[in-house]
Amino acid sequence: MAANSNSPAQKENQARFAAVNRIEAGFFPFAMISPAVILILLVVGFPLLYSLYVSFTPYELLKPNSLNFTTARALRNYQKLLNDEIFWRSLLNTIIFLAVTVNLSYVISLALSQLLARVTVGQSVLRTLLMVPMMFAPILVGMQFRWFFNANLGLVNNFLISVGLIQEQGQIAWLVDVPLGMITIIIASIWMNIPVMTIILLAGTLSLPSETFEAAEVDGASGWQKFRFITFPLLAPFSYIALTIMSLDIARAFDIVRIMTDGGPARRTEMLWTYITRLAIEDTKFGLGSAMSWITVFLSVLFTLYFFRQLVKARIVQ
Amino acid sequence: MNTRSVGPNRWRNEIIWNAVAWAVLLLLALPAFWIIMTAFRPNVEINTYPPVWIPKRLTLEAYANMFGLNPDVQQRVAVESYLRNSLLASGISTFIAVSLGTLAGYAFARFRFRFHTTFFLGIMLSRAVPGVALSLPLFLLFNRVGLTNNVLGLAFVYVAVNIPFTAWLMDGFFRQIPKELTESAYIDGCGHWSAFWRIELPLSLPGLATAAIFAFLAAWNEFQIVSVLARNNAAKTFPPGLFAFTEQFTVDWRGMAAMSVIMMVPAVIFVILVQRNLVSGLTFGAVKG
Repeated sequence: MAANSNSPAQKENQARFAAVNRIEAGFFPFAMISPAVILILLVVGFPLLYSLYVSFTPYELLKPNSLNFTTARALRNYQKLLNDEIFWRSLLNTIIFLAVTVNLSYVISLALSQLLARVTVGQSVLRTLLMVPMMFAPILVGMQFRWFFNANLGLVNNFLISVGLIQEQGQIAWLVDVPLGMITIIIASIWMNIPVMTIILLAGTLSLPSETFEAAEVDGASGWQKFRFITFPLLAPFSYIALTIMSLDIARAFDIVRIMTDGGPARRTEMLWTYITRLAIEDTKFGLGSAMSWITVFLSVLFTLYFFRQLVKARIVQ
Repeated sequence: MNTRSVGPNRWRNEIIWNAVAWAVLLLLALPAFWIIMTAFRPNVEINTYPPVWIPKRLTLEAYANMFGLNPDVQQRVAVESYLRNSLLASGISTFIAVSLGTLAGYAFARFRFRFHTTFFLGIMLSRAVPGVALSLPLFLLFNRVGLTNNVLGLAFVYVAVNIPFTAWLMDGFFRQIPKELTESAYIDGCGHWSAFWRIELPLSLPGLATAAIFAFLAAWNEFQIVSVLARNNAAKTFPPGLFAFTEQFTVDWRGMAAMSVIMMVPAVIFVILVQRNLVSGLTFGAVKG
């Protein structure tokens, strides 16, 4: 996915994206960021530390006395998770889900952005159509796809029967069968991710200098060559902005899983997020749930940090 | 002659590109049309086989049922309280988050200071924390101080959730303002604050509107935190309210579609008003740095 950072196109890219000169202002900028920083520490930082503490205790909501820390039992929740087969399965499911969703969303959005950049008829109508999925809350996305893939009343099965691809008795249990349950969740997530990614990549494509393409045309470059050696490397900063934004929001996929299958049936689509809810909220095991929360926080932060680093590298922010 | 032989080829390619683009995007938008259509159809057309693709008549029944205007149907969904809570939580949190996020975004855009990148990254990473993970300790802490089932408690959380993205967007918008303007403000004797308040903030109002609508939508659509913090209708917003249409084995698809349409209204306004601004705010750093 990453562009080769030594390519000439990339160097030219970096030169164009040199940083603005910022001014020195002593204490003033700290005063301006402090309300935001304090609030985030209060609402995100402190609760996360508290949850780290809870994760070292055997706390269960219905047993108030269980919220006490002892060194001997501190790591018991984490040990439990490591020996928990369902935890490993939900971790594996989450990794498969993320890998497929992120890569496919990116590839589809990239293709769509190149397609849209060439459209000459009804540009603005098409862009509005592109934003339609943005009008849906993630929970609505899940709800709508749950309905579309419903075995008896769903749009997809009805359509397949209408065109004669499947029999009326042979309705496909989209949300139940392996691996169809996972595939439908991935389709819903990709549908939700497409607009923002495509818009950013399209903006990037339209901002590329046309002289470079004209020069390449004179040299007889094919359409694919132009894309592979000019458009794609020059789009690197835009790609990383799109991927960073997506990684910030990736846990929204929880909403989709929660309403489409809720991890089921029989934990076939269980992911880390749904398993946390099951452990903490349904079984009131807050200690164990907090331990698992911390694992997801760690993964999410790592994921975001990676893309953000790439973004900074690609555009030299400083 | 030479150019003529290229002509038809170009024409053919262009027709193909346009046709493919239109086909793909109509397919992408199809689900939304289906949902909106469902909200205004009679129930018999929805739960029937073979499917009725094109509605034979349109009706507002679903809305009459939802708001309890139909004397034959008992109102099951507390749509008024979802609406009130959604508006309160999103409105209050947007106002505060945009104020604080704008201050931070301005500092990141204009000033050089120690730990600039560290602060920026730290604020961004706070946004990467999954809502599920955050909801557990917030539930325990709010339980102690009596803030669960409370719209104001919810709004307080959404402020922190919305600051990072606002700061990112505003950083992008402030950087689009020509530096010369700020410099001339300083020459005219403005301090840092009055240069910000009197010169740059008014210029960034379109950006501010974009950030505000974006923050509003994020709170409006949030599900993971509210589903843990709001256990009853006193604080439930639309997203957890959607579950009121599901029972163990049946789902009221039309009622759900009808509420979905209400939920989409702010997003539709957003798409119409600010799509262009949003792109430039997100990508500005990449275009001109």
